[in-house]
Amino acid sequence: MVENVKELLKLHEGITHEVYLDNENSSIVPQEVVDAMLPYYNKKAYGNPTLTHKPGWEAFEVIMNSFQKIANYMGAKILEEITFTPSETEANNLAIMGTAFAQKSKGKKIVISEIEPINVLQVAEMMGKFGFSTTKIPVNNEGFIDLEKLKEAVDNETILVSISAVNNELGTIQPIKEAVDIVKAKNPQTLFHTDASDAYGRIPLNVQDLKVDLATVGSYKIQGPRGMGAMYLREGVNMERILEGQIGTQKLWPGVENTPLIVGFTKASELAFENFEANTAKMRTLRDKLVDGIFNELDDLRFNGPKGDKRSPDNANISILRCEGEALTIELSLKGIYVSSGSACSRRLLQPSHVLVAIGRRFSEAHGSILMKTTRSLTEEDIAYVLESLPTAVNRIRGIVGSTGVD
Amino acid sequence: MSRIPLPYNPKVMDLFRHPKNLGKMEDATVVAVAGNPACGDMITFYLKISAQDIIERASFESYGCAANIATSSIVTEMIKGLSLEAAWKDITWKRVTDEIGGLPSVKFHCGVLAVGALKRAIRQYFKEKGVAAPEWLPNEHTFEEKQALEEEELAKTLSKRLKPEAEKQS
Repeated sequence: MVENVKELLKLHEGITHEVYLDNENSSIVPQEVVDAMLPYYNKKAYGNPTLTHKPGWEAFEVIMNSFQKIANYMGAKILEEITFTPSETEANNLAIMGTAFAQKSKGKKIVISEIEPINVLQVAEMMGKFGFSTTKIPVNNEGFIDLEKLKEAVDNETILVSISAVNNELGTIQPIKEAVDIVKAKNPQTLFHTDASDAYGRIPLNVQDLKVDLATVGSYKIQGPRGMGAMYLREGVNMERILEGQIGTQKLWPGVENTPLIVGFTKASELAFENFEANTAKMRTLRDKLVDGIFNELDDLRFNGPKGDKRSPDNANISILRCEGEALTIELSLKGIYVSSGSACSRRLLQPSHVLVAIGRRFSEAHGSILMKTTRSLTEEDIAYVLESLPTAVNRIRGIVGSTGVD
Repeated sequence: MSRIPLPYNPKVMDLFRHPKNLGKMEDATVVAVAGNPACGDMITFYLKISAQDIIERASFESYGCAANIATSSIVTEMIKGLSLEAAWKDITWKRVTDEIGGLPSVKFHCGVLAVGALKRAIRQYFKEKGVAAPEWLPNEHTFEEKQALEEEELAKTLSKRLKPEAEKQS
């Protein structure tokens, strides 16, 4: 099938403008981040940071500085609270499995929300094989967790609660601080983990203020290189490794530290945080223009998730009725606009986004949804191009649908 | 959401971009529907059938992915001018897949639905006409019809799990 790709790409020849909005699933790494990384492959610090030679010591120095910077950006107390992992997927796996295995004598109950990302949802479910049970807290129609249900779910056998700070599909900013207080009041022993991948660099985030025990962040979600993430673990909390191997600078994750990716992630974090207010204001302005423009141009739409300051500034999630999402992503790609969809059509299971279903969207609304995230690197011209192209694309797909599938 | 790569072939892309026989047919002899929007796949087939049981024209509408649109379109092309008997016997999922140059395996259900809709339309034609089904038309459902039924059943099961808010909306 790979030979088909050549032909597919040929169909994109002649595109004059490209706008990448699929920042949920990968991102464009800014040139200055790439430039910061490159010397660490073959010019300096290419050694193993735990060995006794110059390239090793160079690597040790830069990695330690990175630990410190990421710790600062997350609001951690000390750099030892940070573990670099290959992405937020591994960080979430480590957070859930590592604490569950270390706390199993205290209980075997895990609590998550029903809109957690797959790398929390499926890990928690997988823990069933090891005798742990998972309770899923419902959310309302904007994706906010039900704090009453959370309170009911936590008991003296609950060892871990995991709720994302910002939902990756809806941009819903959860009341994490309140949730932590509720959980700790019911059981002070229960650990609280938050996947903050979609909060980091978008909303103010401080693990000490939130009083969470564990948190996850990811690199590509802030325009850093793919293949890098980090987990915060509050000092003094017990955790077991989930992978074994040579231990280097970090005791929770074995293997040789990936210095260039750590540098890239750190650089991307610096760029996100040094002008945090301006960066997030730009994301918000562009996102609002995008959403308002789409609602001006098209009818039969549903806006998914909350509006206003309870929503992450970058996230736009819109259900386009009478329009199938997968077909629309292809149609848009041919115009140089790259988005993703909550449609089920890439799955054998035929089930659309569990997040959209959880907030009460009908299947036809979920299948016709598109998810877009803005970044500080996009321009007004980019948004204008999307607004100029999207209606034609939607109308063509709606023309194929006709009166079919309108429930 | 689990995802898999979907490198569609040029024929699928061409039919997706320029679908043939698209749209509602006002003077259709028979209209058949297969699939369910809950599964993200639904096809309407329109056939114009002559007094001699020849398919004069066929058209479609599709709430579905690129694979679904392309297979629906190619089926309407393949059956044009065929007798109902020939359409019933010759147009199988296997032939349609070959004609379209292959589909990613996960898209099997999107493509098979088009053939299911066709078979359903042919059956419906004789039923609506009120004549006995010809000898070549078996009582038992074909593979493609069973697949369509299976998908529709799945849609019902999924819909039962929907939230109360969603039920209120619909």
